[in-house]
Amino acid sequence: MEFVKERLLGGKEGARGILILAVLLLIVFPLFLDIFRLNLVGKYLTYAFVAVGLVLCWGYGGILSLGQGLFFGLGGYAMAMFLKLEASDPESTKIQSTPGIPDFMDWNQLTALPWFWEPFNNLFFTLIAIIVVPSIFAFIIGVAMFRRRVSGVYFAIITQAIALILTVLIVGQQGYTGGINGITDLRTLLGWDIRSDSAKYILYFVNVVLLLGVIMIGKFVITGKLGRLLLAMRDKEDRVRFSGYDVASFKVFIFVLAAAMSAIGGAMFTLQVGFMSPSFVGIVPSIEMVIFAAVGGRMSLIGAVYGALIVNFGKTYFSESAPVLWLLLMGALFITVVMAFPNGLAGLWDKYKDKLNRDSLKNGFRSLGKREKTFDIKWPKITLPKFRKKETEVKGVPSNIRGDHA
Amino acid sequence: MKLRVRNQLRIAVRHSLLALTFTFCTLGTLATAAPATSKVNTTDLAVTDDSVTVGILHSLTGTMAISETGSVEAEKLAIEQINKSGGVLGRQIKIIVEDGASDWPTFAEKAKKLLVKDKTAAVFGAWTSASRKAVLPVFEKENGLLYYPTFYEGLEQSHNVFYTGQEATQQILAGLDWASKTLKAKKFYLIGSDYIWPRTSMKIARKHIEKVLKGTVVDEQYYPLGHTQFGSLINKIKLKKPDVIFAAVVGGSNVAFFKQLNAAGLTAKRQPLLTISVTEDEVLGIGGENLEGFYSSMKYFQALDLPGNKKFVQEFKNKWGNDSVIGDVTESAYLGPWLWKWAVEKAGSFDVDKVVKASENLEWKDSPHGYLKVDKNHHLWMKTRIGQWKRDGQAKIVFESDVIKPDPFPKGYQ
Repeated sequence: MEFVKERLLGGKEGARGILILAVLLLIVFPLFLDIFRLNLVGKYLTYAFVAVGLVLCWGYGGILSLGQGLFFGLGGYAMAMFLKLEASDPESTKIQSTPGIPDFMDWNQLTALPWFWEPFNNLFFTLIAIIVVPSIFAFIIGVAMFRRRVSGVYFAIITQAIALILTVLIVGQQGYTGGINGITDLRTLLGWDIRSDSAKYILYFVNVVLLLGVIMIGKFVITGKLGRLLLAMRDKEDRVRFSGYDVASFKVFIFVLAAAMSAIGGAMFTLQVGFMSPSFVGIVPSIEMVIFAAVGGRMSLIGAVYGALIVNFGKTYFSESAPVLWLLLMGALFITVVMAFPNGLAGLWDKYKDKLNRDSLKNGFRSLGKREKTFDIKWPKITLPKFRKKETEVKGVPSNIRGDHA
Repeated sequence: MKLRVRNQLRIAVRHSLLALTFTFCTLGTLATAAPATSKVNTTDLAVTDDSVTVGILHSLTGTMAISETGSVEAEKLAIEQINKSGGVLGRQIKIIVEDGASDWPTFAEKAKKLLVKDKTAAVFGAWTSASRKAVLPVFEKENGLLYYPTFYEGLEQSHNVFYTGQEATQQILAGLDWASKTLKAKKFYLIGSDYIWPRTSMKIARKHIEKVLKGTVVDEQYYPLGHTQFGSLINKIKLKKPDVIFAAVVGGSNVAFFKQLNAAGLTAKRQPLLTISVTEDEVLGIGGENLEGFYSSMKYFQALDLPGNKKFVQEFKNKWGNDSVIGDVTESAYLGPWLWKWAVEKAGSFDVDKVVKASENLEWKDSPHGYLKVDKNHHLWMKTRIGQWKRDGQAKIVFESDVIKPDPFPKGYQ
């Protein structure tokens, strides 16, 4: 019980935040929105998976990835491949030259199913692949980059490049991937029509439950020692390294975790929207996803969900009400958010709360908003004095671990 | 003092922003379409006693906006003319415009909105094959009605879509026959952008060249969308010396492709070229001087000397300005609202199934491009013409075929 409360929910404050979110998503939205709008909310929430992952890897880990669309896309494509194979049974594709293979393969003169498509006939394999394939991908990128101590802007640029490479690959190999059209016209999941209203309701709830689960995993990570290490790494990577921690491994771990989360979002996207296309893999969607996290607050897992919701809601709303001007309105929204509250919506909320606390209870009240600060105080207590007396510190350190940095 | 004012201002901005977001949330939930029933509308479409609502779904923003604007203008013109002439079944047409934003998922979202929320009786829109593929399942699921204007690769036929542009065989076969006969072409060089439409078109072209025309394809090349370096291609062309280049290069690549051909000395005099992707709209971007003498295979050219076209061009310019040019797709888009109006009036109903049924064999004798008929496979019977581009950006029509039956699933060409 204590474990659930402190670690999974993140204490009293965190539990309240999750509860409000759960009530909003599980009760308020389904009650007050019709199925069309609810399905849209479901679509927005699939981006929230990516945003939550970004809070962990960017907000806490300090790893800014501008290529999360890559993992979202891999997860989404894995799901889409399974659904497409199910939709391309010989009966419904008998008009093709080669019945039984996806329509776009037929248009591209393929006469047999490529080998890497074969396993996606199996749902169990697909579900595993949704998580594992992007994770392996992230692991390879992570190991290659972090072991070489590539970080910051360089890492961001490389992730961007990889996202671009994958887009070009998907568009170019259209016989195998559906090209720029993507994989479209997905109908059923094991015979269950995913386009019906009832299916949309069910998928929405599955989506929300998965999202809450992902948030709890995130909470579990940041409330533990790992979370503290991540913050420490973000702020002073070298110190953590010199304390004997394997910084690269932690970075790889959090990057893979964020990738896996994005992939779940991608798979849920395919299920709810009914197709997958390379326009989710490239640079623009990847940057958009960073914006969701930034608007929500990059240090707040729950804020990221609200960020994804609000930005996408704005997108839909502006483009419906002002089809010609909407891009300018979106731009204005981003600029205002960044200017008015640089820490995102969560930052704004924390500030209001702090003010409230200051006004009502002058002291002795520990809140979520302050937790980060206590942290800042704890850490310097150990290191700061040492840091000031640099010469003595060097003398005190055994020569074998001093390294050439000291 | 100053600081305090600024702080207050900042707080005010934040408050108003919060209020704004809140209003959006409430507004979104309140917006619902008003249903109306009558004899002509048994499927709960947005039809009232004096109005009927239709949707226009094109990219108003993003990379495709420049191409799709013409279609939006043509559709709006047609609807305005229909309204002036008394509307459809005595009802004035109201338009809801949605922006697909050059983004296929957005197209799907907006298509769904137009059908589910707005209950539009018909939608005129989609442009690229990718956007059509994205909205197709939505139209089939919600039993909507889409009029799709672009010439495209074929291999598709849906109960819920009418294709007012040419499918691949209509555009290609007549063009190649003409090239073989008039230009005495035996060696063809195929070039396309790398996506479904050029690939399918070239597949059909190759089969036709090799099997029917007994010619040869000396090379077949594809370049990514947006590709601008055609130097190596031009060297290959110079090496292989084809009788005709057959091209389906689209978008920004077109500009680079023709400019570089010209710069390399491969002008129309030295190297004949037939394209299926250049209309008057593209010529604006490429420049008439770079295209002079090359040929396009289309069903429509602005310069067509037909009474229906003269009227159409005049009215289009009156509404959208004297400088506007009209390409093949723009004209196709203009056909949509009219074909829908006549089908509705023939059916005496707005119900999609009845309109679809009534559309069969619908004829239009003096459309801007002349006689046309709606086939029961939802494509149009029409003529194909070869235009030779002039320096001023207009075409001289050098060939006109008979009316060609649409054949979206051509036997022997797949």
